[in-house]
Amino acid sequence: MILAWLIITPLIGGLAAWLLGQKNASLARWISIAALVLDSALLAALWTGSSSPLTLAGNAWLLDKKWDWIPQLGVSLHLAVDGLSLILITLTLFLGIISIICSWTEIRERVGFFHLNLLWILAGILGVFMALDLFLFYFFWELMLVPMYFLINIWGHENRVYASLKFFIFTQAGGLLMLLSILALYFIHGRSTGVYTFDYFLLLGTSLTPKAAFWIMLGFFIAFVVKLPAFPFHPWLADAHTEAPTAGSVVLAGLLLKTGAYGLLRFVLPLFPDAAASISYPAMIVAVISIIYGAVLAFAQSDLKRLVAYTSVSHMGFVLLGVFAGNLTSLSGTVMQMVAHGISTGALFIIVGMVQQRIHTRELGRMGGFWSLAPRLSGFAMVFALASLGLPGFGNFVAEFMVLVGTYRVNVVMTVLAATGLVLAAIYSLWIVQRAFHGEKREGVKLLDLSARETGMMAVMVVIILWLGIYPQPVLKTAGPALGTIQSYVSHMTTVAPQGVEQ
Amino acid sequence: MSRTDLIALLPFIIIASASVVVMLSIAFYRSHKLAAVLALAGLALAAASLPIVAPMTPRNVTTLIVIDAYALFYMGLIFLAAFAVAALSYSYLERHDGYHAEFYLLLLIATLGTAVLAASTHFASLFLGIEILSVSLYALAGYLRHSNRCVEAGVKYLILAAVSSAFILFGMALVYAETGSMEFAQIASRTAATGVHGLPLLLGTGMIIVGLGFKLAVVPFHLWTPDVYEGAPAPVTAFIATVSKGAVFAVILRYFSRVDLHAQQPLIVIFTVIAVASMFAGNLLALLQKNVKRILAYSSISHLGYLIVTLLASGPTAVSAAAFYLTAYFVTTLGAFGVVTVLSCKERDADSMDDYQGLAWRRPWLAGIFTAMLLSLAGIPLTAGFVGKFYVVAAGVGSSLWLLIIVLVINSVIGLFYYLRIIVALYGQPGEDLSPKPTRSLSGHAVLAVLTVLLVWLGVYPGPLIEMIKKTIQSLI
Repeated sequence: MILAWLIITPLIGGLAAWLLGQKNASLARWISIAALVLDSALLAALWTGSSSPLTLAGNAWLLDKKWDWIPQLGVSLHLAVDGLSLILITLTLFLGIISIICSWTEIRERVGFFHLNLLWILAGILGVFMALDLFLFYFFWELMLVPMYFLINIWGHENRVYASLKFFIFTQAGGLLMLLSILALYFIHGRSTGVYTFDYFLLLGTSLTPKAAFWIMLGFFIAFVVKLPAFPFHPWLADAHTEAPTAGSVVLAGLLLKTGAYGLLRFVLPLFPDAAASISYPAMIVAVISIIYGAVLAFAQSDLKRLVAYTSVSHMGFVLLGVFAGNLTSLSGTVMQMVAHGISTGALFIIVGMVQQRIHTRELGRMGGFWSLAPRLSGFAMVFALASLGLPGFGNFVAEFMVLVGTYRVNVVMTVLAATGLVLAAIYSLWIVQRAFHGEKREGVKLLDLSARETGMMAVMVVIILWLGIYPQPVLKTAGPALGTIQSYVSHMTTVAPQGVEQ
Repeated sequence: MSRTDLIALLPFIIIASASVVVMLSIAFYRSHKLAAVLALAGLALAAASLPIVAPMTPRNVTTLIVIDAYALFYMGLIFLAAFAVAALSYSYLERHDGYHAEFYLLLLIATLGTAVLAASTHFASLFLGIEILSVSLYALAGYLRHSNRCVEAGVKYLILAAVSSAFILFGMALVYAETGSMEFAQIASRTAATGVHGLPLLLGTGMIIVGLGFKLAVVPFHLWTPDVYEGAPAPVTAFIATVSKGAVFAVILRYFSRVDLHAQQPLIVIFTVIAVASMFAGNLLALLQKNVKRILAYSSISHLGYLIVTLLASGPTAVSAAAFYLTAYFVTTLGAFGVVTVLSCKERDADSMDDYQGLAWRRPWLAGIFTAMLLSLAGIPLTAGFVGKFYVVAAGVGSSLWLLIIVLVINSVIGLFYYLRIIVALYGQPGEDLSPKPTRSLSGHAVLAVLTVLLVWLGVYPGPLIEMIKKTIQSLI
């Protein structure tokens, strides 16, 4: 039941924030915070409970609950968490709270409705991370789109209508392909066994012809890669991230992109190990192109928010690379990257949001010399720029290093090419710091430094990203059993992949 | 005719007597309120009589009509939808000048026609049902006779419906000439036994499809739809879009559950072409529209295209998918036109995009309901439309209709554009408030509230309805 409450709490909290917050804006904010804190308390019970991931080894699934939903179609409310889900749920709630705090002064209109949308997105994301029924998964997958659409469309910046439409169409198209795949799998499984079900565990062992497996896998793959996003499905990302309000960008970059990566890990690899192995080479090429192309595009931007958005394409390329390298090291690196990127890029978007709120522009050309005006803001920006470029000591370094080590065992050329992404990352990260925070002061630019609320929020994020960099063990240990299970499905993948070096 | 037969006919008798009662009441005491209450009571009674009739199904009453669970299901849908239309009409008509009591008389007769369609197993009853429906709809579509557009809609509907009736009659004659029967079951057994698949039979069936295609407004027989939808009073448009189409689809489904569609390759091709063309034409032309009623008209064309997929898919999943999709479509379309109705004023219907600009900040509840309806039309979770679309796609995938399913998916994405465009307007900056300022309508709001609850309920917990549908379709298979 605790799993259901994890999803229900934000749903109710959102409604309450909307209904009670119509007169009083800060009431809506406090209700939303309260709902997420309550949710975090539930989560804490999961972490510390009898089957805590930190103490338990062996069985990957910590909690597994199933209720009937539409028995006529074989649909159940099947929620379960393993270490992987747990880490991502924790990230979701953390970034959820952060995104409420960071829009405390930014959002002034229709505050109640804003928080309704924000909390419903979070509920949808939590559902995605827990659903083990494919119908339910699709349900949550689509559910998070609509409030996100509203978030961009109502509270976004100048070009918000176009951006929100593009975001919705891209992800919806991908989602529909996935729906086709889900249904094809459902019918193939039903015909061969007589049991028509959407249940993940029952569908795991479905015997598929290689051709069917390939096409069904492709539907899932495209849906997840659109969300990730990897080249050539990335065009929605820059617009959506740039035009969204700060909280929207944080949730998009920090969480929504992760649902794509999570889908690859949870569904594509275990359900279609052979088909996934057969495309591992092309997928890794796409990953490397994303890493390099994203970084090059980032460098070419004059809009600070757009720049940060493109870095996501590059970072998510590492995730894709890690998933399709398919060994335990690379998969662990993938999970680390999901968490570290969520925190560091989320923080960068918040910084951009704070700058924009103060000087009303995102143009790099109109920034400069911020360091003397707002030392705290600039200091935090420096820290997260360094994290983003993968400096040792930050979580991103651990993540990218592990992905590269894992990939090296599979394919050396890819590793070398992907590693150049790190160099490019150094260029664009230092470019941000150089252009915006150093250099000459612009005439007439006033920049207030961070308030106590903002300082506290950023400080917490710095502590976490450093902790991830210095002592990543808890994350790796928690995700370990889950990744082990996933890896066991694809253990032969590395030998199938062309140019396999060892193993 | 035995007593049991009469009980089996109870829903028809109630609706027919209700229309007589309304007519007499007008003769003695002309009151809009009285006529509306009588019509609503008649429809409610007819719906309430369905459980009484249910135990004696399936029962053939003469060769013309069969009262089985399938017929009762669609009748229930029709009566409840007509009830919603009547309730929406009350406050709508209050705002207009003229005599209104007759509106309910026509509405009841049209409902009777659709109920006959849902239960018909014979060409004669099929044709009777179509004509009862059409003749009342001519008058309903042109009911506001002071408005030129409204009269134009009536005349357009009259001419095209007359043409389509001629097609149906000719087609029936050809089928009869070839098989010697007008009963669905007989036609089925004779074509199957003798293997008659000659040109006259095919031509006859084709002409019937053309005639019924007009009623369903599928491409290429859709040309009347946008004009009539735009011109007719909003509640009547809702009736044409839901009740009339639903009943016609029900009878087509019944006909082809008897007469094996899959044995006749040319018909499969015809329906496939109609489905693909309806989806694409409906969605692409909707993109070009600026009038909300016209957008909804084209959207309904594409939705009928989706629905035809279930006709081509075989097996029980397909039939239950059709029933579920129609239910979801009824709720959604009634809700969408209901919002248009509630917002309309005396001068004109609220069909311009400007009427909806920033509505969310002026009338948040109404905008919320409209958003829910549009999202349901687009097939987004938490709404009935999502489960409906899921069911249709499942039926298609189950029968390996890959072409149709791919087209359906592409069209769902195209459809998003114009649904979202309305939603963008709803939540956009409120422009200068030019929208009509109607008086608040209690009955309209009540109907919308119920429809919204239904929409979410079917979207979140569709199990009971699916269970019910599965039971009702057993009589068909």
